[in-house]
Amino acid sequence: MDYYGEHLLPGQLGQFFIVLSLVASLVATFAYFKATQSKVDSDAGYWKKLARGAFITEVISVFAIFGILFYIIHNHLFEYKYAWQHSSLSLEFKYMLACFWEGQEGSFLLWSVWHCILGLVLIKTAKTWEAPVMTVVSFAQFCLATMIAGIYIFDWKMGSSPFILLRDSGVLDGAPALHLNFDVNQPLKQDYMLSIKDGNDLNPLLQNYWMVIHPPVLFLGFASTIIPFAFAIAGLWTKKFGEWTKPALPWSLFATAILGVGIMMGAAWAYESLTFGGYWAWDPVENASLVPWLILVSGLHTLLIYKHSGHSLRSTYLFLILSFVFVLYSTFLTRSGILGETSVHAFTDLGMNFQLTAFLLVFTVPALFLFFRRYKAIPTIKKEENTSSREFWMFIGALVFFLSAILIIGKTSLPAFIKVAPPEDMEFSYNQIQVFVAIIIAVLTGFSQYLKYKETGSSFFWKKMLWPLIISIAAASLVVGFGNIRYYHPTGGYGFLAAIWLATACSVYTIITNAAYIWLGLKGKLNLSGGSIAHVGFGLVLLGILLSSSKKEILSRNTSGIAIDFGPDSDQKPGENLTLVKGVPMPMGKFDVTYLKDSAHPKKQQWFYKIHFKSRTDNEEFTLWPNAFVNYKGNEGLMANPDSRHYLDHDVFTYISALPNPDKNKDTATFRNKPMKEGDSLFYSRGYVILEKLVSKDNIPFEGFKPGDKATVATLKVYSFNRTSYTAEPLLIEKQGAFFSQPDTVMSESIILQVNSTENGIANVGIKESGTVLEYVTLKAYKFPFINILWAGIVITAIGIVISMIRRIQLNRSGKE
Amino acid sequence: MKKIHIILLVLIAGTIAVLISFLQNTTTYDTVQTAIDKPGKFVHLMARWDKTQPMEYDPKKDANYLSFTAIDTLGKSIRVVYHDNKPENFEISERLVLKGKYSAEGDYFDCSSIQTKCPSKYKDDMEAAKKNAQHNAATGAGNTETK
Repeated sequence: MDYYGEHLLPGQLGQFFIVLSLVASLVATFAYFKATQSKVDSDAGYWKKLARGAFITEVISVFAIFGILFYIIHNHLFEYKYAWQHSSLSLEFKYMLACFWEGQEGSFLLWSVWHCILGLVLIKTAKTWEAPVMTVVSFAQFCLATMIAGIYIFDWKMGSSPFILLRDSGVLDGAPALHLNFDVNQPLKQDYMLSIKDGNDLNPLLQNYWMVIHPPVLFLGFASTIIPFAFAIAGLWTKKFGEWTKPALPWSLFATAILGVGIMMGAAWAYESLTFGGYWAWDPVENASLVPWLILVSGLHTLLIYKHSGHSLRSTYLFLILSFVFVLYSTFLTRSGILGETSVHAFTDLGMNFQLTAFLLVFTVPALFLFFRRYKAIPTIKKEENTSSREFWMFIGALVFFLSAILIIGKTSLPAFIKVAPPEDMEFSYNQIQVFVAIIIAVLTGFSQYLKYKETGSSFFWKKMLWPLIISIAAASLVVGFGNIRYYHPTGGYGFLAAIWLATACSVYTIITNAAYIWLGLKGKLNLSGGSIAHVGFGLVLLGILLSSSKKEILSRNTSGIAIDFGPDSDQKPGENLTLVKGVPMPMGKFDVTYLKDSAHPKKQQWFYKIHFKSRTDNEEFTLWPNAFVNYKGNEGLMANPDSRHYLDHDVFTYISALPNPDKNKDTATFRNKPMKEGDSLFYSRGYVILEKLVSKDNIPFEGFKPGDKATVATLKVYSFNRTSYTAEPLLIEKQGAFFSQPDTVMSESIILQVNSTENGIANVGIKESGTVLEYVTLKAYKFPFINILWAGIVITAIGIVISMIRRIQLNRSGKE
Repeated sequence: MKKIHIILLVLIAGTIAVLISFLQNTTTYDTVQTAIDKPGKFVHLMARWDKTQPMEYDPKKDANYLSFTAIDTLGKSIRVVYHDNKPENFEISERLVLKGKYSAEGDYFDCSSIQTKCPSKYKDDMEAAKKNAQHNAATGAGNTETK
């Protein structure tokens, strides 16, 4: 049957290119394999030519698939499930790419596109290594192509095609209105497309510019880990055990930089959108991307050890192989749905678990088999590393990094496999171990560069190390002594705090010694200092992590705590939420915070709230506009986006955590003030208020109050004309000489009462009557200090790695070393 | 034996020790009944929000007090108290992972964190999407007939 209003050509073309890419990548794999195996040069040349042709066909196909899918999304062809599911008519152009890789199919495609580009660079530059390395890359391309194939092989469906039609996807099967005679057992109506007016839209939480740039960078990182892996395999395969390390080194640096930046972009996104209350939550999805990076860094360092001393070649093979294996493993973990309950990211099972497992095993098993088969043949140096040598300590560092990766992935995956739940405090379970990893790594990074390869004289070492060490001790003492790091974890206690102090001191040490080495060791030649610069950056990353996490403040934590009734079931825990009634300032940390007004997005169900922060102690004053989607797309509930104020040394964040019903009422009322003594009354439109008691207390048993601070409690009885009565207890708090009043509200009467001032038993009481429904927002506010140290550290690390990469490429080209 | 091998063994032993101690600290996934059976013990309660029962959250009174009824797949329900705001996606979630302890004195589940199973990066809530499509289709076609 033909249907009206469908555009079938793009999908058919797309499907054709999918099949073409499957075939072409398989041909390329086979031909590159033959080219590697051929003993005769002319044969190898023939196979190589064929392989290149096939790979270029593959590149064209993948780009065509990418282009066609983008065309479908851009032109809102909702007859295709992918466009319908991930986009909508109102989606802005900049998010078209974001919705492209929101789905599994699109993200596999993105990965594949990067392999194509990297593959082309390899064809141009890898020379004798092209054939074996490209065998691996082409085979990975074949595997990725199967993921989006959507082809039935007998009864088994291979992959999930992005070009599946909405009517074939099962989504419409349960919609009687779209079927003939309103019977779902009958075929669809020919004009069913008339009813498919709009798509499902990109999840509003993902409508964020980070969603446009973070996935491509992260997937470039994932894609580039295959190259060091492929070189290692090529080395084992061709039995030229050592030569591949030279071309593999710049590639390893490239992968380390890109993957690291990609992961931290995700962290920056999490930080900005505050979905996890910070930049890192040790979520399985985050861990799964971090682990390959950690192992890659280990591999990078053993590569350098091998290059300079001939040691650690076996570990280099293992690390570079495992780094890619863990990329595949993380793909498996995050896409198979096996993590189910342990991750806050929920993942559906597309029914491809068999394929994902096969993808993992088809690389892991042969690679490890080859590694162990050739293990004995891999050259090693019998002589032991000298403890005064750089390679000895570098290897220990690499090993610690590797084992910390194994710990992280172990903790992440064990609960999924043995069906137990994570511990009570998962984050602490990671932090308590990783803080010691940070200490070891910081110390090792701090001094290893001052050692020479092979062996170092102790006078040489101390002569150079002495001053940086003294300065570091001084600086670290200052940071720890005056940094006011008072983090206290209930389980970790002071032992954990001491570890944080030690780690902070060690990161300061590593920053200073590595910065000093640029002059002391390398005479200020920046083009040679990539390693030192990267280490300075890494030290800053550690310092930023330690300071920002241990000094994070919850501004909206209600420490004055007096007027807030926490309810009968509460054991008076101060919470993180604070409710602001419109126009009424509330004390929050050093700020008085006022909810001033709100405004709506012209097209979407999105509201913006104007929240004014005014410091009581200095001139600081600013306005934030957190926003929230309310009942978006018919889904009841609230989706909030924070707003933040950035300073050089800290950020203030706030976001909406609860709202009244979005039926808006304008509130133009202001406070009416009247001096009252005990027994006086005050009228409002529907009743009157009597001041029953006015009591001052100067011993306030709450956190944050010092002796001498005073609070005046006014007990006001509210008598409504409908014969009910209420009690309100507004407060006037005098804290370190400053006054602030904490109003109380009587919701059912829509009145707010506050004490403006008191003198000789007379209170100046303010009353405000609002409209029928009181307007308020409930929000959380946080202060994150020193987060910029972390971001700066990442940028500096990446710059350092890139400098090293450029230098290694130049060395390889000039044929020196 | 080389020094580096000794260090290697020590570090690997340390890693294994940490993993074993981690396994000792793991908790369990529970139903309402099994959570009640171990009061005061930290568990992951798997349930969903019972929408037929009243939910209490009044930010004007206390923005850090949420109380609702959770029901598990076996049909047993329990009152849950959570000292924070209603989590994002609470209404549209199909399932909740409630971390906390059963309090025998108050006969409620004292929850310290709620994880909602909800749409995310790689997942669209297909059920909601389908409903949406069917709803749009029904209204779009100018017909209100439903199954």
